[in-house]
Amino acid sequence: MSHIIIATAAVAVIGLLIGVLLVTVDKKFKVEVDEKEAAVRACLPGNNCGGCGYAGCDALASAIIHQEAPVNGCPVGGDPVAEKISTILGLEMEHTEKVAAFVKCSGDCENAAARCHYVGIHDCASAISSGLSPWTCDFGCIGFGTCAAACPFGAITVDQGVARVDRDKCKACGQCVAACPRHLIELVPDSATYAVRCSSHDRGAAVKKVCSAGCLACKLCEKQCEAGAITVENNVAHIDYDKCTKCGKCAEKCPAKVIKKRNPA
Amino acid sequence: MNKTFRGGVHPDGHKELSKDQPIEKFLPKGDLVFPLNQHIGKPAKPVVKKGDQVLAGQLIAEADGFVSANIVSSCSGTVKAVEERHTISGGRAMCIVIANDGQFTRAPGIGAERDDTKVTGKEILDAIKWAGIVGLGGAGFPTHVKLAPRNPEQIDYVIANGSECEPYITCDDQLMRTESAGIVEGLRLVLRLFPNAKGVIAIEDNKPEAISAMTAACSGDANISVLPVMAKYPEGGERSLIGVVTGRQLRFGQLPADLGCVVCNVSSLNAIYRAVCKSEPLMDRLFTVSGDAVEKPHNLSVPIGTCCAELLEAAGGVKSGCQVKKVLCGGPMMGIAMSTLDVPTAKNNNALTFLAEDEVEFAEEQMTACIRCGRCGQVCPIGLVPQMMAEAAERNDLERYEKKLYGLDCIACGSCTYTCPAKRPLMQLFKHTKAKIMAAKRK
Repeated sequence: MSHIIIATAAVAVIGLLIGVLLVTVDKKFKVEVDEKEAAVRACLPGNNCGGCGYAGCDALASAIIHQEAPVNGCPVGGDPVAEKISTILGLEMEHTEKVAAFVKCSGDCENAAARCHYVGIHDCASAISSGLSPWTCDFGCIGFGTCAAACPFGAITVDQGVARVDRDKCKACGQCVAACPRHLIELVPDSATYAVRCSSHDRGAAVKKVCSAGCLACKLCEKQCEAGAITVENNVAHIDYDKCTKCGKCAEKCPAKVIKKRNPA
Repeated sequence: MNKTFRGGVHPDGHKELSKDQPIEKFLPKGDLVFPLNQHIGKPAKPVVKKGDQVLAGQLIAEADGFVSANIVSSCSGTVKAVEERHTISGGRAMCIVIANDGQFTRAPGIGAERDDTKVTGKEILDAIKWAGIVGLGGAGFPTHVKLAPRNPEQIDYVIANGSECEPYITCDDQLMRTESAGIVEGLRLVLRLFPNAKGVIAIEDNKPEAISAMTAACSGDANISVLPVMAKYPEGGERSLIGVVTGRQLRFGQLPADLGCVVCNVSSLNAIYRAVCKSEPLMDRLFTVSGDAVEKPHNLSVPIGTCCAELLEAAGGVKSGCQVKKVLCGGPMMGIAMSTLDVPTAKNNNALTFLAEDEVEFAEEQMTACIRCGRCGQVCPIGLVPQMMAEAAERNDLERYEKKLYGLDCIACGSCTYTCPAKRPLMQLFKHTKAKIMAAKRK
């Protein structure tokens, strides 16, 4: 019986000593942490996706504290996070418009002409460097999902040979924009109702040969647009979303149906 | 047993298909297209515009910068356009398109004989630059730059590369048998630029006719010798060949000149001879059209810029009862798969291979995970460990790939892919990874 008491007492004494030691060491060698920085860091999502341009959430938190980055610097968190951070720091809230990735190509199995039966590594950049791709169009989506692999949120899927973005899941971190070797992905405001789904710089006749859903650069949209939001440059239409009034006349007139109404998110 | 390097593979050569067929001179009927980037370095600058009349041998694009090369027209006709077109590698490039008048009228002065005993070193280099000669073995490095290293007196070997090791291709073999005098003359001209060098003509021992023809052509010249080397792939690779001939090992970033060597393909040497002694710029080259899906596989003397579809026709078209499954620009080891025949041939292309059976497709179905057998490391001619390189490349660990595994030294010969029992696409992965690292370095 006494063995048990001795053992218990010994453990209790050792525990007490260690406890006292830990408390003193903690007080004496305390590392000063900016409370605000810790609080800001706690608001950030913690994906470390790098979409803000900083090396992860810790780096962004420190940048926000030192006012090197705006309170809405985190594209993933959006307005709710920005609001929390601005309350902590007592700064004025800056609103961000929600944006999402958008693939500027609609050349899927139905529309695009097949080039060859591709054999090899299924990676878009690899396919380009080998000079082969499943589709004839030199500008369109290859469909091997390099963007989908880069997306940390699982928002991109390849369907019928074209990458498609789930706007609910997309946090606009921009990883896919950097990953796409053909530069087809753009961050488009959620409020944009009409968008151009083609990136081909070829002339109309050449586009028609390779894809039934390609911009022919006929400029009908440019002529229709009363707000002057559409310009055709390099044989492909561009919409300035700031100027767009969402009248929908461009989509109505587009002969190839490249300008389409987007589904509401 | 002839000398060879460590590693390598023995793919089925299939050279008998075209090896002994007579060479045919082919004159294209359609438009000729000249990409401005037929060489390593800066694309050439066009000196003609739409509507201009050109003659065969006339300069149509000039070298732009130090590492660049002239391009001459190989036919007479009218410039139809200077526009972006697809090239044989699958990309797009600015091209000069010439509507061929079918006459092949030569520009004045082309073909004028010159006494080669009197030409100086500078005249030789100028003639090579004027002729637009690039490495005709495949790399396309401008020859006038290669032959003007910083240390000409330290060069002690000029190696004529006649080790055509790629399966199916026999154009260098036939060139050595028919133009042996021109090649030796070209080698003598190059040797004149390097006072302390001796010439070695390295030929694989599966080309006995070429060895005897070249030996006969250079007999009596103490400074030039023929070295038969073992028939093994990739014997004709610059690094392997330098190792075999001199015992020196070339590393990534080094030029052969750093090791006292200059390596020239035999067809480049013949082109040098023609440029210096006959005033003929690089207008045509020997081209192998072969493969088991071709009616009449043989070698053709083809004007540069000819459409590939015309070459298939010239070889009798597709063999009856056969279906072409795969077309390669080059041979099956290092060649590039093509998706269209509506592209022009360039200076550094030497073969079209038409296959009825796509062995690669077959391999993809059988692909398994790496079984770590280490055969890739046994066959790598550079002495790399492809299995570990692939692991690093798949993890995107570019630093390990480059610094620890020396992945940039890979010459993309494909020996590892050929030998891999798990059928993994190693060479494509390495090519892509190398491109990724080089792109990051340029930034």
